[in-house]
Amino acid sequence: MAQIEEVTLDGMTHLVSNRALEGETMLLNMGPQHPSTHGVLRLLLELDGETVLNAIPDIGFLHTGIEKNMEAKTYQKAEVMTDRMDYMNTVGNNLAYCLAVEKLVGLDVPVRAQALRVVLAELKRISSHLVWLGTSALDLAAMSDFMYTFREREMILGILEMVSGQRMMTTYIRPGGVWRDVPVEFEAAVRDLLKIMPRRIDEYESLLTKNPLFIDRTAGIGKISAEDAVNWGLTGATLRGSGVNYDIRKFAPYSGYEQYDFEVPLRTEGDVRARYLVRIAEMRQSVRIVQQAMDKMPMGPVRSNNRKFVPPPRSEIGTSMEALIHHFKLWTEGFNAPRGFVYSAVESPRGEQGVYLESDGGPKPFRVHFRNPSFDNLQVLPVMAKGFLVADLVAIIGSVDIVLGDIDR
Amino acid sequence: MSANLATVIEALVKRFDGQTTEGCATGETTLIVPVEKIAEAARVIHDEFGFNLLSSLTAVDYWPEENPRFHLVYRFTSIPNAQSLDVRAPVSGLQPFAPTIETVYHNANWNEREVYDLFGIKFEGHSDLRRILMPHDWEGHPLRKDYPLGYEEPQFTFNFDEIDVRKPYAKNRRAE
Repeated sequence: MAQIEEVTLDGMTHLVSNRALEGETMLLNMGPQHPSTHGVLRLLLELDGETVLNAIPDIGFLHTGIEKNMEAKTYQKAEVMTDRMDYMNTVGNNLAYCLAVEKLVGLDVPVRAQALRVVLAELKRISSHLVWLGTSALDLAAMSDFMYTFREREMILGILEMVSGQRMMTTYIRPGGVWRDVPVEFEAAVRDLLKIMPRRIDEYESLLTKNPLFIDRTAGIGKISAEDAVNWGLTGATLRGSGVNYDIRKFAPYSGYEQYDFEVPLRTEGDVRARYLVRIAEMRQSVRIVQQAMDKMPMGPVRSNNRKFVPPPRSEIGTSMEALIHHFKLWTEGFNAPRGFVYSAVESPRGEQGVYLESDGGPKPFRVHFRNPSFDNLQVLPVMAKGFLVADLVAIIGSVDIVLGDIDR
Repeated sequence: MSANLATVIEALVKRFDGQTTEGCATGETTLIVPVEKIAEAARVIHDEFGFNLLSSLTAVDYWPEENPRFHLVYRFTSIPNAQSLDVRAPVSGLQPFAPTIETVYHNANWNEREVYDLFGIKFEGHSDLRRILMPHDWEGHPLRKDYPLGYEEPQFTFNFDEIDVRKPYAKNRRAE
């Protein structure tokens, strides 16, 4: 039988206090297999009774070397890997990557494709927030929200399946536009969702927002000041819960976000409850954006006409020799991007999802780096958790809304 | 690029003996500073020019070039002024060392650990320079260009036995 290895500090002794080394305080391993760490996150806790003195995150259990793998694939094929990073925001990852490629090679995107991108990205934001709401409430023993939020999430995944054939790993957004136009049933399905969504959000809120037990578990817990939050590189709802107005959709608008009328919800308390309220308000704003985008959805092509970078439509391949050559070249060799580097960012449900893309003039990316919001957001956990109870730690992890695929990539 | 950002870059070029480069044809201006001055430059960028958020920190490997082999790529964002500044610092492949900016931007801690883990660039003065994504006893730095992607050798009829000997499973099977 294999020897069970003793859990050691693995050179982490400089991170815990002397009291822990002398055995005065307790060192406790939380995770990597723990239901409320939302994936495979290991925390080394230093506890004084039930009070958390320090929480040292240990990550990397889901590391799959996506950045290295992408260097060996052409630009189109590498995109498939972006879905697998932040599996709650697949559309947003595709969008971030495609914006970077488009910036690098100078591709235009038709207005209809841009509007479709906005609709799907916002639907995915709602779906990601629904999962967050369900699971983080579940961590606090509020069981029923989970059932309701997953009901609506199914509707959104159904819409994604309708447009792309896949529920989660869509790769629907492609450099230069989207894969193909949406089917005719798309509009009715989105309108149905928009009609019920505001009432459903009220329903989730009626279970939690004014629930005294929920307020007890969230208000004043895991506080972080605005200045600290920025210095620790927090972004997204976690930062806006501390009152800093930083949303990439307003800061550096992309895909035509500047034409939609929406607000960036802010709270100043900086605790778990503030982050909860910000995300709930964000869902309502996303519904507003989707509504506007559907109302003025322009007609026209859904991908760029630049055949050097974007494959021709299927219908042309049968009749045009040139289209066949382009199709063949793009799916075997790929396209050569000009030498250079770009950084482009989108607002994912968790914060600033940035892509650094460098090209050496060949058909494969020379270097891709993802600035993933969860990576920077998780880092602040020891600061937030210090002095709170172990039970509060679970609430804090839930409120930061981490996705381990996003952290380890 | 706003006029304001241009003056910031100009001031930093003068002060830190830097250069500028264009990212791509339509790109923004990027500042290049010598790596030994990056910690001081980060402090000035943070305190004097108000870039309060470190958006991204990563590295690029230009192997087989040796000096400089790596570029550290920083992106600083100023939330109040709504602008971003890209900074690069060339690092030698013979002595891959860089000063840490962790004291100025706290989130550099994990980002520098990631660069150390995947590129092997050591950050001087870092409080906790351990591997972060790879296992703690891993050898090598995977994102370096001379580190191969893992693969299994294809066995054809003519070289089946030759490769079979090298395969770990093959040895185990024979031992039994």
